[in-house]
Amino acid sequence: MLGIRLYMAQRISAMLIAPLMLVHLGVMVYAIQGGLSAAEILGRTQGSLMWGLNYGLFVLAVSVHAAIGLRVVIYETFGLTKKSLDVFTVVIAVVLLVMGGRAMYAVVLS
Amino acid sequence: MPQKISTITARVWRGDSSGGRYEQYEVPAKDSQTVLDVVTWIQRKIDPNLTYRFSCRVGMCGSCAMTVNGKPRWTCRTHVEKVLEDGAITIDPLRNLPVVKDLACDLTEFFSKWIKAEGRFVPKARRNDPIQIISPRDKRRQEANTGIECINCAVCYAACDVVENNEDYLGPAALNRAWTLVNDVRDGGNKERLRAVSGIGGCQNCHSQQGCTSHCPNTLNPTRSIAGLKRAAFSAALKGEI
Amino acid sequence: MIKPHRNQPLWYAYILHRFSGVLLAVFLPFHFYVLGLALSNTERLDSLLNWTEQPLVKFAEFVLVFLLAAHLFGGLRLLVLEFLPWRPIQKTLAATAAGVAFFLALAFLLRAI
Repeated sequence: MLGIRLYMAQRISAMLIAPLMLVHLGVMVYAIQGGLSAAEILGRTQGSLMWGLNYGLFVLAVSVHAAIGLRVVIYETFGLTKKSLDVFTVVIAVVLLVMGGRAMYAVVLS
Repeated sequence: MPQKISTITARVWRGDSSGGRYEQYEVPAKDSQTVLDVVTWIQRKIDPNLTYRFSCRVGMCGSCAMTVNGKPRWTCRTHVEKVLEDGAITIDPLRNLPVVKDLACDLTEFFSKWIKAEGRFVPKARRNDPIQIISPRDKRRQEANTGIECINCAVCYAACDVVENNEDYLGPAALNRAWTLVNDVRDGGNKERLRAVSGIGGCQNCHSQQGCTSHCPNTLNPTRSIAGLKRAAFSAALKGEI
Repeated sequence: MIKPHRNQPLWYAYILHRFSGVLLAVFLPFHFYVLGLALSNTERLDSLLNWTEQPLVKFAEFVLVFLLAAHLFGGLRLLVLEFLPWRPIQKTLAATAAGVAFFLALAFLLRAI
């Protein structure tokens, strides 16, 4: 239940996420040694423009990507009408955007 | 050396769109026997009411496509000894299509999606125009040639999960046909065609599972064609053409 | 259990991609909530990070990292399939994507324990 434009948004967001996700995976594998702590995470991310941009773009792209991806799965599993699907898509995107934005603010700007 | 068996057990689905059940038949095993031979034997010797389709019986027309042990295939090209499981085979009508009766499906939606995908040639040239020379080495012609052998047997349609889960999805065969025409330099209908293959039910719904490619008896690759349509539709959309 | 017409490598690639995508999407709100604790309650964040040191949680993280990497590399395979000219080695690429994802997740686990 995808029009061409939603499909394009899905693929473009994927292309944006790919390099950011590779960085994220790299950070995860690097940082996990010796356990995690709030101080360690915040020491890396707080006040950093680079991490702010990284995670900011990440949250934006992931909100779009996940919302559209789930839309397809929900439709193919439950077969809802376009209207219901549109509602789901927007709600998922907004929830991820808001929660993600808050998380980004928490680790970079607080 | 496999043990020679004298009979095989055929479980055949009998019924129509309102429902049905499996009937079991014991069929004498013969050398080089195909699943179509089995179905034909049942209809001639046991139950004349068994409904099924076939035509050429030599793997050219695609009429005899059915589900054999869960997989969509041409029954005239399926040797029984290759698909027997514990001396038995299960035969169903093709998946994803409404059943008319027993092993015969209604292919109306399959063919109407071919039309919906604008899978028909739109001529540009007129009668008195010189014949357009197209080299067989032309990249676009080669791309078209990879898909033109489709005989619309609906095996790919029956194999596709997206067809199963999305009733608007045009399906691998219709989209493959559209792609061959997108690559036909003599054709003038690409604007409408790209719009048709990128609307609701369009190529962008394909998940590239390659169920179509892995089951096509003509070894075509609709996944490849659909990927080509995705690229063409993406560019056209960026340029505002669709 | 898996229907015969689905029993082929690229269907498994599809189902892994779908399953990992859904699981990651469900995980995200929790992930964002926990990170948000850096703003509201750093002690709670630290105690939660401490809780993740348990072996079962570490194993769950390993699975999550595998799913993340599998979704990423599988997705890259799809982007190549859809945007670049066709290459026939799809099964090889799918297997490679899953393999690299597994080793990355293993690297994570070995550094975590």
